[in-house]
Amino acid sequence: MKHIQSTSRRAFLKRTATTAGLTLSVALLPGRHAFANTDNVHNDAPFSPSVFVALHTDGTLEVTCHRSEMGQQVRTSIAQIIAEEMDADWQRVVVKQGTGDPQYGDQNTDGSRSIRRNIDRLQLAGATAAALLRTAAAKGWNVSADSCECEQHTVVHKPSGRRIDFKALVSVAATLPMPDESDITLKDKARYKLVGKPVSSIDLPDVVSGNTVFGQDVQLDNMLVAVIVRPPVLFTEATKVDDTAAKAIKGVKKIISMPVPTAPPLFKPLGGVAVLAENTWAAMQGAKALAITWSQNTHNQYQFEDEKQALILAAKQGGEIVRKKGDAISVIDGAENVIEATYFTPLLAQAPMEPPAATAWVDSDTVQIWACTQTPQSTRSNVAAALGVEEDKVTVNVTLLGGGFGRKSKPDFSVEAALLSQQAGQPVKVIWRREDDIQHGYYHSVNAQHIRAVQDTAGKTIAWHHGTAFPSISTTFAKDITAPSAGELDLGFTDNPYSIPNMLLEKGRAVNHVRIGWLRSVCNIFHAFAIHSFADELAYYAKTDSKDYLLSLIGPARVIDLTAEDAKYGNYGDPIDKYPIDTGRLINVIEKVCDIAGWESRKREKRFLGLAAHRSFLTYVATVVEVEVKEDGSWSIPNVFTAIDAGTIVNPEHVKAQCEGGAIYGLSCALGKISAKDGAIEQSNFHNYQVARMMHAPKKMTVEIIDSSAPAAGVGEPSTPPFAPALTNALFAATGVRIRELPVPSQVKRNA
Amino acid sequence: MKLTVNGTTREFNGDPQTPLLWFIRDELKMTGTKYGCGMALCGACTIHVDGEAVRSCQYPVSAAEGKRITTIEGLDDKNEHPLQIAWAEENVPQCGYCQSGQIMQAASLLAKNKSPSDTEIEQTMSGNICRCGTYPRIRKAIKRAAEGTK
Repeated sequence: MKHIQSTSRRAFLKRTATTAGLTLSVALLPGRHAFANTDNVHNDAPFSPSVFVALHTDGTLEVTCHRSEMGQQVRTSIAQIIAEEMDADWQRVVVKQGTGDPQYGDQNTDGSRSIRRNIDRLQLAGATAAALLRTAAAKGWNVSADSCECEQHTVVHKPSGRRIDFKALVSVAATLPMPDESDITLKDKARYKLVGKPVSSIDLPDVVSGNTVFGQDVQLDNMLVAVIVRPPVLFTEATKVDDTAAKAIKGVKKIISMPVPTAPPLFKPLGGVAVLAENTWAAMQGAKALAITWSQNTHNQYQFEDEKQALILAAKQGGEIVRKKGDAISVIDGAENVIEATYFTPLLAQAPMEPPAATAWVDSDTVQIWACTQTPQSTRSNVAAALGVEEDKVTVNVTLLGGGFGRKSKPDFSVEAALLSQQAGQPVKVIWRREDDIQHGYYHSVNAQHIRAVQDTAGKTIAWHHGTAFPSISTTFAKDITAPSAGELDLGFTDNPYSIPNMLLEKGRAVNHVRIGWLRSVCNIFHAFAIHSFADELAYYAKTDSKDYLLSLIGPARVIDLTAEDAKYGNYGDPIDKYPIDTGRLINVIEKVCDIAGWESRKREKRFLGLAAHRSFLTYVATVVEVEVKEDGSWSIPNVFTAIDAGTIVNPEHVKAQCEGGAIYGLSCALGKISAKDGAIEQSNFHNYQVARMMHAPKKMTVEIIDSSAPAAGVGEPSTPPFAPALTNALFAATGVRIRELPVPSQVKRNA
Repeated sequence: MKLTVNGTTREFNGDPQTPLLWFIRDELKMTGTKYGCGMALCGACTIHVDGEAVRSCQYPVSAAEGKRITTIEGLDDKNEHPLQIAWAEENVPQCGYCQSGQIMQAASLLAKNKSPSDTEIEQTMSGNICRCGTYPRIRKAIKRAAEGTK
């Protein structure tokens, strides 16, 4: 496929900061590795055997990353995979960020699937390029291609030792017919130099020097900055706007009313009033100066505390069976002692460090978007639809993302920018203030669960009845949805790995009053919290060590067949035979984490540990959290231990970093709370929406990666779900206080 | 009004109450300093004024007149400040958005205290949020840089 030159865009973005008397190239992505270096424009046709690979005539290997970079180092991993198959010199590899374009296949950077869904085709792309380079060299030498190998950016003829640099092969390789897929052999893993190695991030030098361009950083000539005041309650609208004071602010250029959306929310802008100004500060001041009267609707009656009670009731009532094995109800009804517990978790905001931002330039016949988006293709389609133009007129340039965590999987902010640029007739950057991000998000859902269980006289759990209720993400996409989707229940509920003879899993009803959306590991967060907390409660009632009891709940190593229990299970969209629910791997990470955490000696050493293990995104993670609790009940985390089995991994250093970060994100999920009063979100910024800071964070983190050649599985999300239950289980070990509702209080006083 | 940013004198004629953050980002087009909260709660916008770490989102331009302003771009001519090196060696950044602010905060700590204790690091750095959760690596990187600069 033809390699698309980006020269015009590069030239377009080059600009001069005249106030500074200094020339500054503004690139979309860090200089060394992307568009900024205008001295290095490749004019000659490269050898480009796939959309991911372009070998330029100077020998530079340009890998196109079609996934969004938000800290997982996907730009590095994808380049590692391609460069490995080609045996390219890592110093001669650059990464180009792909625009939103179906030619790349799926680009939604979510669901922990960038590697697992792409590794095969990326390997194939790299190996195909390598095969063509070998053929090109062999032609020149008049030898067989089989006698040639790629080695450190050259092709070498093994028998004679003759060697030729990749750059000298570009023109010939580009003329060769594409080989048949079945003729391509992948590189022998024993020869790997990059994959499986801790290659440092390709963007690292630019990050530590501040030479990065995120969505918030995009600057175009003649651009206005927009801040939008959105309605405090979903689907209400401005009935009266006094913009006199806003217009009086120096730099404020335009005030534009946004279209009023109707249900369902989809990715539509929320409405409200936009202030467009020459600079960000003026736009912010202008937004503050607007006096707006808002309409009211039924969502104004929404009270978080009422919802909590309704959800708890719905979880207890259940109503619709999700999975059934044996007869849990009869066992429970006939039992003398029933252990039961209710768990509750609040709404959460993703709160990426970079609040959403998008820049749009809607010209007479083209539309350019620059956005920190996790979803470039749906950004493209939603922008096109909102403007009433064909999709092929819209180019979505993906900047670096200052965190995403699911928030930037929604392209609403790009649609806002596009609508405003269309109206203003000039480039517009919409920036979300932190207050906008906290108060107008797509929230991680509020949840209640109720679990009842019966143990036999030996303490073995023989019945488990579990209900869950939460407003569904489906409410964002369709009206009148009142129950969770099967896909949401797949996330840690339906796939409960415990081997209990009588199990009944049910879902209850719930309606939404705010927009609900994905947040890192999604419903796994609350399902893992309840299930793994309750496992620890059962261990307590059985007077058994938590780890031993957990292993007895899981039972023998086996592959779980959910279809045998009439359960529908999507397995994260991947085939169950390739990625079975393998309790042997779950047991293995538990053994491993307990080993590195010193589980067996904890009591002797007076250390308080909590354990939880969870399969999500086809990956197995076990977490041990250690807590220290002071007399006044304040607690801290000296240690966190994580064992992860994610199958084949590409970069162990970045897998470790994701495990650390995913755990700390899990800590934030255990500390934060979003709630609403009269339909409006009560929190607004980091003073009242608590996220983990260094003082809360574990002092030390130890990650053990299980060496595995199983198919690559997810990495970005799976370490988040087990964190909260491991923490609260540790707090129980230290204090005897069982925490069944999040957020965890800052002080947990010992039971007298 | 004249302002000295990374050793260069700059002119500003806008609203004197404009926070330094927006002068630096919008006027000077230097985007290494990031916006995160606008309320001095997250530290993404941390810069130095006369060597002290300040939150540029809450620091009016008028208060910086005649003072030395340093941003991440001016921390070291070659981007080889011991902290920048340590940050790379410890592979600290994930998304990178908060890291300019983290490095600037840590740099002002090390300028005053060549070997900060764990508690001192925690106290100084707890105003800087990182949603990717790089805190344990930030701790290690500060210690590593401190070792190197002793």
